Amino acid sequence: MKKLLRELLFPLIAVAAAFLVGGVLVALVGDSPLRTYELLIGSALTWPDGIGYTLFYATPLIFTGLAVAVAFRCGLLNIGAEGQLYIAAFVTAWVGITCAGWSAWLLVPLCFLTATLSGAVWGAIPGVLKARFGAHEVITTIMLNFVAVALASYFTQYHYKPPGDPILETVPIGEGAHIARLGRFIPGFPERIPLNLAFPLALVVSLLVYLFLWRTRWGYEIRATGASPAAAEYGGISTGRQIVLAMAVSGGLAGMVAINEVMGYRYRYYDSFSAGYGFTGIAVALLGRNHPIGVILSSLLFGALLRGGLFVDIFTENVSKDLVQVLQAIIILFVAAEAMFRGPFARWAKRV
Amino acid sequence: MSENPILALLFSAIRLATPLLLAALGGLFSERSGVINIGLEGLMLAGAFTAAVTTHYSGNPWVGLLAAILAGIGVALIHAVACIRYRADQVVSGTAINILFLGVPALLSGAMFASTGATPQIPKEQLLPYAPIILAFALVPATWWVLNRTPFGLRLRAVGENPEAADTAGVDVARIRYAGVLLSGALAAIGGAYLSIGQSSLFTRNMTAGRGFIALAALIFGKWRPVQTMLACLLFGVAEALSIQMQGVSQIPVQFIQIIPYVLTIVVLAGFIGHSRAPRALGLPYQKKR
Repeated sequence: MKKLLRELLFPLIAVAAAFLVGGVLVALVGDSPLRTYELLIGSALTWPDGIGYTLFYATPLIFTGLAVAVAFRCGLLNIGAEGQLYIAAFVTAWVGITCAGWSAWLLVPLCFLTATLSGAVWGAIPGVLKARFGAHEVITTIMLNFVAVALASYFTQYHYKPPGDPILETVPIGEGAHIARLGRFIPGFPERIPLNLAFPLALVVSLLVYLFLWRTRWGYEIRATGASPAAAEYGGISTGRQIVLAMAVSGGLAGMVAINEVMGYRYRYYDSFSAGYGFTGIAVALLGRNHPIGVILSSLLFGALLRGGLFVDIFTENVSKDLVQVLQAIIILFVAAEAMFRGPFARWAKRV
Repeated sequence: MSENPILALLFSAIRLATPLLLAALGGLFSERSGVINIGLEGLMLAGAFTAAVTTHYSGNPWVGLLAAILAGIGVALIHAVACIRYRADQVVSGTAINILFLGVPALLSGAMFASTGATPQIPKEQLLPYAPIILAFALVPATWWVLNRTPFGLRLRAVGENPEAADTAGVDVARIRYAGVLLSGALAAIGGAYLSIGQSSLFTRNMTAGRGFIALAALIFGKWRPVQTMLACLLFGVAEALSIQMQGVSQIPVQFIQIIPYVLTIVVLAGFIGHSRAPRALGLPYQKKR
């Protein structure tokens, strides 16, 4: 219990500090911070729309948060979740288009597999580049993000766009590749809210990631590599292999965003659909202490902020939804520079 | 100048390389001191936004440029304090800076001009002349000289390669690193200012469009050395100029030209062409031993 409290303490302080700084900014642009925050949080908690959309926005963040967390446990910073999810979304849409006539019994599992595997392959590339050639994964993943977006946009524009469509998007995927919206199962929850089966899937995947990291030998070896590569190598673990494995798993998790986006929401690949999910995943993982439960909790927070941001945009005089991005950045900064709070809070934390 | 297509392309490449070069040289000072700066994109955005707003209100691009430099230093200070004083993960802190400056300009411009993301148009006569181009290319030999011929440059390289040894020799590691990071903020901000009040006449949301990352790529491609970095920036400038000229004309899709800098950087990092070695202490926080 004591340990849990301490784990929760610093993230909570970081969030509180970010809201404080954000509040100053809101006051600076001439709105009431309290009213803005009331809107931001309040509009995310209404039933069914607020909660429905909060969970819908949280879904891709759980996947990218897990992706960043798994890589982090291996001592790698995966800035490439954004590229991995773009590749996965396009390839999944491509399968959904190419096999449009197939029955859902075949096509849904095939698309699940495609999303995960294509993300994993794209994620494994920087893993191989690091393990084999020593290229730093931060730089290669950043570069591969741009390559991924360009490739997906090229194929969409030149090969899969409906003729005459002014929007850069592919033709729709077959109906057999659609997954159900939760409105179908929950009474009183309208189907127009795009929350779909990808959300419960994200929860299951979180559990699987936990089991993988803490209950399997591969997971153990990944964590050992992250904790101390030299010691792991000495203990007979091939760190190169763990790096590739961790990046592939990480990419696969990021790729699952395609399930929510392509199979559950838009039913096609839509150019630049991601609202920076891959980057928000970094914030999610950091705030969630690279633990699946923490990832779920912080995804819910950021999901709520994304939802509430839209209302802040409309119902305040001067504040735009960009406040959410600012809050997110400040949270990352505070979590990263945790040592800042160590001094004043350490003694207090010890007493708790 | 537009009569000869090759000359026109070259001139356009130099113009396009200028913001990259300014940011890359900035990154060089930070990274040679041992502090990773993937926040160049955010620093450029901070400079671009501040320059556009200040020039709009003051009517003087030089005031705008000065304000941009101050803003760049201010934002870089956040990164510096987080990384040097509080030993934050440098990549994470840089990422936060990037996200922060996607949001802050939009938030502020929304309040100031009731348009999220864009600032008002600045009249043509109030734009920066060619000065930033000259400055950027003059800074290349200057940077080389500072790095290799001055005590500051020697200390900068020393804390980036072996902070323990530098510390033992009496160098204040933290102070040199602060200087490196703040310089990177100033230079990247000039690069950003050139985008908003030089090449165009207003700030638009995310107007750097990845140039901070291309600058970073040029820095790595140029092996963290000023002259090579300049050549890399010129190469990427040519790629961008080509992709603009070929839009709609050629059969080659623009996307393939746009990814050239990124692919080249990966290839170089993997050691397929030459080998790019980072400063040895890059990314490692330093804690003074007592």
